Amino acid sequence: MTEAPDDGIVLTDEQKRRRRARSIAIALSLGVLVALFYAVTLVKGPAVLIRPL
Amino acid sequence: MSLVGEGAELSRPLGSAFVRAEPSLASVEDYLALLKPRVMSLVVFTALVGLLVAPGHVHPVIGFTALLCIAIGAGASGALNMWYDADIDAVMSRTARRPIPAGRVQPGEALAFGATLAVFSVAVLGVLVSWFAAALLSFTIFFYVFVYTMWLKRSTPQNIVIGGAAGAFPPMIGWASVTGDVSLAPVLMFLIIFLWTPPHFWALGLLKSDDYARANVPMLPVVAGHDETRKQILIYTLILAPMGFAPSLFGFAGYLYGAVALACGAMMLMLAWRVYRDRTGSATVSAAKKLFAFSLLYVFAVFAALLADNLLARLGLGA
Repeated sequence: MTEAPDDGIVLTDEQKRRRRARSIAIALSLGVLVALFYAVTLVKGPAVLIRPL
Repeated sequence: MSLVGEGAELSRPLGSAFVRAEPSLASVEDYLALLKPRVMSLVVFTALVGLLVAPGHVHPVIGFTALLCIAIGAGASGALNMWYDADIDAVMSRTARRPIPAGRVQPGEALAFGATLAVFSVAVLGVLVSWFAAALLSFTIFFYVFVYTMWLKRSTPQNIVIGGAAGAFPPMIGWASVTGDVSLAPVLMFLIIFLWTPPHFWALGLLKSDDYARANVPMLPVVAGHDETRKQILIYTLILAPMGFAPSLFGFAGYLYGAVALACGAMMLMLAWRVYRDRTGSATVSAAKKLFAFSLLYVFAVFAALLADNLLARLGLGA
């Protein structure tokens, strides 16, 4: 006796498209964060470690 | 198409029973809508003014970082507000199409999104700009989410009066990003937005009181009636108009700002008086709409004048 294979959740094409768009947005956000830290490090120079209140 | 399961409890997302995660249909635009971009524009603008009029110099990259963090922190507050208020939003015509009540974003997704952005915005502001400014930003997010959204909004008609403090902090955070402290000038900017909030939101409340009543939100027009709301709008506007002029009075701004603040304050007063006076027929709706529309212009005009006045003074052209 065989059971039907469980394919789990199958995404529709629209869901795949939106997931891809969300993934790209997350990647871009992380890229901006990295660029921001890089730029601020350049701007502050050695003072980057000085963080007054 | 709703992806929120039948058993999903929107009223208190944290306390809801486990609902099997379904594939999300949320688009990038839905996540951007969670950030309340229109509110964010006001936050960014007032924070920019606070940052630029503060004494001292800030590198453009640092200034941009501060503004970005303030904007993201405000957006995080909006997302957490939409997560908690999804049950209210679903029954109000103005908010029923928001991503969560429309079923495009699940409550847990909005909670995770808002919480992540809140933590990151505060941490990045602290690490890259100023921990004092970061502390102010974290307090603002805390105040908006826990004090206003979770406590005051559903419990008192003074909700937007006290909760308005959250919207008044951004210029102070912008200022603190440059100076690392807070003085009289940012307190005056805070007070202008704080006193502007009641006339602004109660004008909207007069127009949408049925919505608020249906959602059981104790806005002043619902609890105390339209006439009392009109009186309160006039009282707050009577305090706002001279407060708008205060930066000139205390020597923090010049004639240009003073003239704009006086003119805009007089216009606000005239429109508030019309709201108080016109209580029958179509004039009552028209008066509230005009006050609501002008109140938006008021805060942009006053802060733009403050910025222009300050720039002129720095160029040696101010009076």
